[in-house]
Amino acid sequence: MVNQQPRKYHAHVWDEPIILEMGRKGERGISIPKVEKEIEKAVKEYKSYVPSKMLRKKRPKLPEISQPHVLRHYLRLSQQTLGMSLNIDIGMGTCTMKYSPIINEELVGLPQFTETHPFQDERTVQGILEIIHKFARIMCEISGMAEFSFQPGGGAHGIFTNACMIRKYHEIKGELDDRNEIITTLFSHPADAACPATAGFKIISLHPDPETGLPDIEALKTAVSKNTAGLMITNPEDTGIFNPKIDEFVNIIHEAGGLCAYDQANSNALFGIARARDAGFDMCHFNIHKAFSSPHGSMGPACGAVGVSNELTEFLPVPIVTFQDSVYHLDYDRPNSIGKVREFFGNIETIVRAYSWVIGMGAEGLKKVSETSVINTNYLIKKMSNIPGVTMAYPKQNIRLDQVRFSLEKLKKDSGVGTEDIARRMIDFGIQEYFTSHHPWVVPEPFLPEPCETYSKKDIDYWVSIIKYVCDEAYANPEIARTAPHNQSTSKINQGVLNDPNNWAMTWRAHVRKNKRPTHK
Amino acid sequence: MKKKLGLIVNPIAGMGGSVGLKGTDGEKILEKAKKLGAIPKAPNRAIEALKEISSIKDTIDLITYPHDMGENEVKACNFDPIVIGSIQEDYTTSTDTRNAARDMLRTKVDLILFVGGDGTARDIYEAIGDKLPVLGVPAGVKIHSGVFAINPKNAGILTVMYLQERASLIEAEVMDIDEEAFRHNRVSAKLFGYLKIPNFPQMVQDTKAGSIPSEAAAMIDIAWEVVDNMRDDHIYIIGPGSTTKSIMKQLRLKYTLLGVDIIYRKKLIENDVNENKILKLIDGKKAKIVVTVIGGQGYVFGRGNQQISAEVIKNVGKENIIVVATENKIVSLNGKPLLVDTGNDEIDDVLKGYIRVVTGFMRSIVYKVA
Repeated sequence: MVNQQPRKYHAHVWDEPIILEMGRKGERGISIPKVEKEIEKAVKEYKSYVPSKMLRKKRPKLPEISQPHVLRHYLRLSQQTLGMSLNIDIGMGTCTMKYSPIINEELVGLPQFTETHPFQDERTVQGILEIIHKFARIMCEISGMAEFSFQPGGGAHGIFTNACMIRKYHEIKGELDDRNEIITTLFSHPADAACPATAGFKIISLHPDPETGLPDIEALKTAVSKNTAGLMITNPEDTGIFNPKIDEFVNIIHEAGGLCAYDQANSNALFGIARARDAGFDMCHFNIHKAFSSPHGSMGPACGAVGVSNELTEFLPVPIVTFQDSVYHLDYDRPNSIGKVREFFGNIETIVRAYSWVIGMGAEGLKKVSETSVINTNYLIKKMSNIPGVTMAYPKQNIRLDQVRFSLEKLKKDSGVGTEDIARRMIDFGIQEYFTSHHPWVVPEPFLPEPCETYSKKDIDYWVSIIKYVCDEAYANPEIARTAPHNQSTSKINQGVLNDPNNWAMTWRAHVRKNKRPTHK
Repeated sequence: MKKKLGLIVNPIAGMGGSVGLKGTDGEKILEKAKKLGAIPKAPNRAIEALKEISSIKDTIDLITYPHDMGENEVKACNFDPIVIGSIQEDYTTSTDTRNAARDMLRTKVDLILFVGGDGTARDIYEAIGDKLPVLGVPAGVKIHSGVFAINPKNAGILTVMYLQERASLIEAEVMDIDEEAFRHNRVSAKLFGYLKIPNFPQMVQDTKAGSIPSEAAAMIDIAWEVVDNMRDDHIYIIGPGSTTKSIMKQLRLKYTLLGVDIIYRKKLIENDVNENKILKLIDGKKAKIVVTVIGGQGYVFGRGNQQISAEVIKNVGKENIIVVATENKIVSLNGKPLLVDTGNDEIDDVLKGYIRVVTGFMRSIVYKVA
């Protein structure tokens, strides 16, 4: 490997206070002129317009700050943020941090989109309904499903929606009392366990086979019973390994009377290659904000699109956009629907971006996305193979698809430097802190890169060179990684303090109450 | 105030291993080991751990025992220790370990770092119970207890983290096997109790996964699941261990941590029963066995719960066995299968394959038994 020298980097350090600690009494951003007498006379007492129950008794304790100080404050905070467009985000495995074409931002900024209201009559928003309807047809083609809903506001929300549809299906059949168990795997996304649990199901997780990293058919057979309501599974799982027996899994569940839901958050390697319905799945969900290029992070806006087979369309959330007599309609008349899962139609700006992206790509382009993503992953594996202290989990499996799970167990044993230390040290080079992996850590000291199709060979080479640099450094001088970061906006944070509920305050008001702090300086 | 670290080295730990003696419990065996050319290992293991601690040397008081029980090792690493107690140079026994532990308790150290094996852990446990947190540097032949770090280096790192208040405490088993039986290729392991050890959970705060519940909370979760599904027509045989006994706590019943307790319709029938008593109590009745995974090796039957014998298992039936363990415990097996050793091959074979392990409220993991 040609060793690339890390580029020099130092983050902004502003030691910026919280905005609620700033300003002083009476300070103002804008001076609003007093109401003119004529207006006052015509309008009368302003309070009479507000229902008395809604009137505040006291003034809100908002910060009082001048405009330049507000601007300065937020610019400083933005400078302290290592955003996706500033750096190489390969480390955020299972998040599919791909480049989001900027032109799509112009589309969601168009007044035809921004100046509409969700309460408008459907005849006046035909253009938006057309996009939703046409994108649903594209999603059906990609997955093999019969109908889609874009209402869920995120991946886990999509999985929850699927769990609710499984529940409704058994309820209508009169079998819900007995069918109260959902089977998943430990390498599926944790939401595949947490969401059905929230929907009231018992959860049975299959532990991966230590050799193959995949769940075993015999383990599945042990889990299946007359109580099985369904299977909710990710494939490829969060190891990048594709389960080649997935159709057998589906058959076993179907024979037991359960439904199968495919978590396709890891679908970036499957466009035009494998479809959920073709493997027998009854339903699936996609993260539109991941594989379909709509930007994500900071918790949104996102869309967990859910698709179902023909037999299950009656259970989808309302409304569904239909097309009849050359007009698009919002169909609420679906008696077996699980109801609404989010207000209005969901985060439609996500759909506008994704629709534009898919149309731009075309069928061939989408397939190329997946092929490039797989090539990038396996190129990265090859580049990583000689880094001291790093091993790939389940080495007997040759190929990874969208991502790959590595372990720093050896590095930790040799030097005491673990994956959290390396993650913190990476950011000293202006590289996003990588994602270790979802819990539980079946692979010790894990990390999970996903070099999806928008990263160049040069990006991958540079990212690998930084991993190599920090691992070499960990052997030579472990203290540097253990005490990292050193060039960042913040120093190492004491996790013990963070994890102690006694230190938590979810709002400023709670913080003031808990720590008896004054509200203003 | 300066933190106090206690160090106890069992200088003879591990000497039997290299010469094939499976341990050094007892004077004769030690003599034999020495004659066979065994060299002390523990001092070097102690020094390896101490090197990691030297970075905070000036911020702690290091309290240790004389000569090879800590003083020599500590001075070799340029620490300036407070040496307490007295021993006979070049000749130490388990009594010295126990005395050292008691003295450390009196001195109110924050943590005892000890270098040894299962026997050393047992001596400390028997001397002071779980009144002080401890951490083991593995140096013995037998390491069945869960109180040890994976290697001396990590023991040192974990010690620093704990003294800097960056690590929490969890319970870990003190197990030991009968060396004499072991030398005759019989394994007879016993669970002696639990000590508190520092734990740095693999806990990156991940916004998607949320925080990992503490082990104690996980055990309460497991207890709820078992209690909620208890059936009035079954006798429940509750095996040893803190995970199974969380069920007894949930039901507010008196229990024996290391023994087998019997309950029926959520009422206590008898504490600490032996095999014959169990067989008598379940004779002609429906019963369920609740057991947990004991120790890092992954045993479900045959270690520390021998009262629940092959005969008992045969009478109860495989379908009536409830295995409980926290997710953390299952994951820390690193994919190694759960083990059974009932002394009856036929029963062992029946138990092999995949089983459901209850890991929380309405949660289970399907895991392999081999």
